[in-house]
Amino acid sequence: MLIIDCPYCGPRDQSEFSNGGEAHVKRPDGSADIGDREWGEYVFIRANPKGIFYERWVHSHGCRKWFNCVRDTSTDEILKIYKIDEERPKLDSFKNNVKTPSGEPNLGSGNFTVKK
Amino acid sequence: MKKKYSIFSIAKNALKGHKDWPKMWRSPEPREFYDVIIIGGGGHGLGTAYYLAKEHGLKNIAVIEKGWLGGGNTGRNTTIIRSNYLWDDSAHLYEHSLKLWENLSTELNYNVMFSQRGVMNLAHNEHDIKEIKRRVSANNLNGIDSLWLSKEEIQKKVPIMNTDNLRYPVLGASYQPRGGTARHDAVAWGFAMRADEMGVDIIQNCEAHQIKTKNGKIEGVETSKGFIRANKVGVVASGHTGVLAETAGIRLPLQSKPLQALVSEPIKPIIDTVVMSSAVHAYVSQSDKGELVIGAGTDSYNSFTQRGGFNIIEETVRAMVELYPVFGKMKMLRQWGGIVDICPDASPIISKCDVEGLFFNCGWGTGGFKATPGSANVFAHTIAKNEAHQINSAFNLDRFASGKLVDEHGAAAVAH
Ligand SMILES: Cc1cc2nc3c(=O)[nH]c(=O)nc-3n(C[C@H](O)[C@H](O)[C@H](O)COP(=O)(O)OP(=O)(O)OC[C@H]3O[C@@H](n4cnc5c(N)ncnc54)[C@H](O)[C@@H]3O)c2cc1C
Ligand SMILES: [Zn+2]
Repeated sequence: MLIIDCPYCGPRDQSEFSNGGEAHVKRPDGSADIGDREWGEYVFIRANPKGIFYERWVHSHGCRKWFNCVRDTSTDEILKIYKIDEERPKLDSFKNNVKTPSGEPNLGSGNFTVKK
Repeated sequence: MKKKYSIFSIAKNALKGHKDWPKMWRSPEPREFYDVIIIGGGGHGLGTAYYLAKEHGLKNIAVIEKGWLGGGNTGRNTTIIRSNYLWDDSAHLYEHSLKLWENLSTELNYNVMFSQRGVMNLAHNEHDIKEIKRRVSANNLNGIDSLWLSKEEIQKKVPIMNTDNLRYPVLGASYQPRGGTARHDAVAWGFAMRADEMGVDIIQNCEAHQIKTKNGKIEGVETSKGFIRANKVGVVASGHTGVLAETAGIRLPLQSKPLQALVSEPIKPIIDTVVMSSAVHAYVSQSDKGELVIGAGTDSYNSFTQRGGFNIIEETVRAMVELYPVFGKMKMLRQWGGIVDICPDASPIISKCDVEGLFFNCGWGTGGFKATPGSANVFAHTIAKNEAHQINSAFNLDRFASGKLVDEHGAAAVAH
């Protein structure tokens, strides 16, 4: 289980939060003109990387505010939390823990948050 | 040589201390080229190779698996098998599978321990009752055995259940007598052994790194054991199907999340059917060893860590103890997670795609074990014929553009 550092309330137990899926998803412009396929992609397809993932959380049982988060989905390590209106942060210094698209991190699956 | 299992072979080998059992499959190095490469050595992938060889006469096939056979969700699931889904398309698909399960041990001459002990889905409120009764009727129209049980009938079948004295009382249930459980590993091993006998190369510790395409056609797979050319590639990698599709520039409507299960210490027989509740979220059956096999829920967030949050376990155990107070003092032995690939409509994708020769079988999410033989069977057809079998035609990728979804959130929920 994660400890999430709400930008407004500070670190709290994950059970206070709800996950909102991928962040920075933009509704396509000119929706009247775009085809079914493009529209379908916007509605149904979300990024699902093994590694760095930009996502949204809401502090449902706290301040009820939305914010963004960058998390490594191969280890669950939270790398950065930022406010909903902030730019997507660049994480150039961060090295992926998996070397191949479906590889496993060195520490073993799920152990990162425990052993670090 | 065909490996035969019988009471005599077991007796003979028992006398020799079980040291002389033949290897169940070879461990070949990959060839340069295959007609078909299947990525993923779970039940669905191995079954696909089996049916490709058996029913479609293809022999030059490889299954590549990054770890060990069945080490993915096949070996991590709670093995509930049923076919009582709402919509015609799903009912036909899961029933096709259930029919194959009924004969699988004989067909493979390998005991998959399919036990038709019945599956119960509990109703805890007015809405559940309506929804479940509707599903029972839909099942009956599709020729699927499914009936409504009153509270009294449930109490008779499962006397240890607390039906009244809890926050969400038990008001009734659907029951599918032909549903049940099977032995997870055995399904993978049985398919692997018989596919191997027909010449399929099963290659473990071989991870697919990149699916290579050229001018809209498949070229092969870059793997940890080098590049392997292929005419056709089928991706059956459950939670990892999405990341593999990305390597070919294809985005799939999948989200990967941990799903957990746990087992208790073994006890004497106490529950002889499978009981599921979507509303309070607790599933239980008892294994042949006597352990309670308990299914929990998925985490709310995407993750590839095969562990899952403790809060999910807490919720499930809470519901278990309320429904079965007698389990309150039991010890749990093990807990684990598997990464499930969830589709927006809680239905699978068994489909070709824009790239010629590339096929996907994924999106089984929390409930694909029951579908193992059926999914493998129609996927083999799809790969061999370059078009869907009638049974899987609705489960194509185009549905996410056309909007013709197969919404099984009710029958699947996080249910298995
Ligand atoms: C806790 C839990 C409980 C469940 N309970 C039920 C249930 O009661 N009933 C039910 O019907 N379903 C259940 N399910 C779902 C079910 O387990 C799956 O839908 C089903 O087993 C999927 O089978 P598969 O063969 O497609 O995938 P898997 O068995 O996961 O096989 C995919 C394989 O692909 C391999 N792989 C991944 N990436 C690569 C790569 N790059 N190269 C090579 N190989 C790769 C993996 O190692 C894995 O072995 C449950 C799942 C979980 C996790
Ligand atoms: Zn807050």
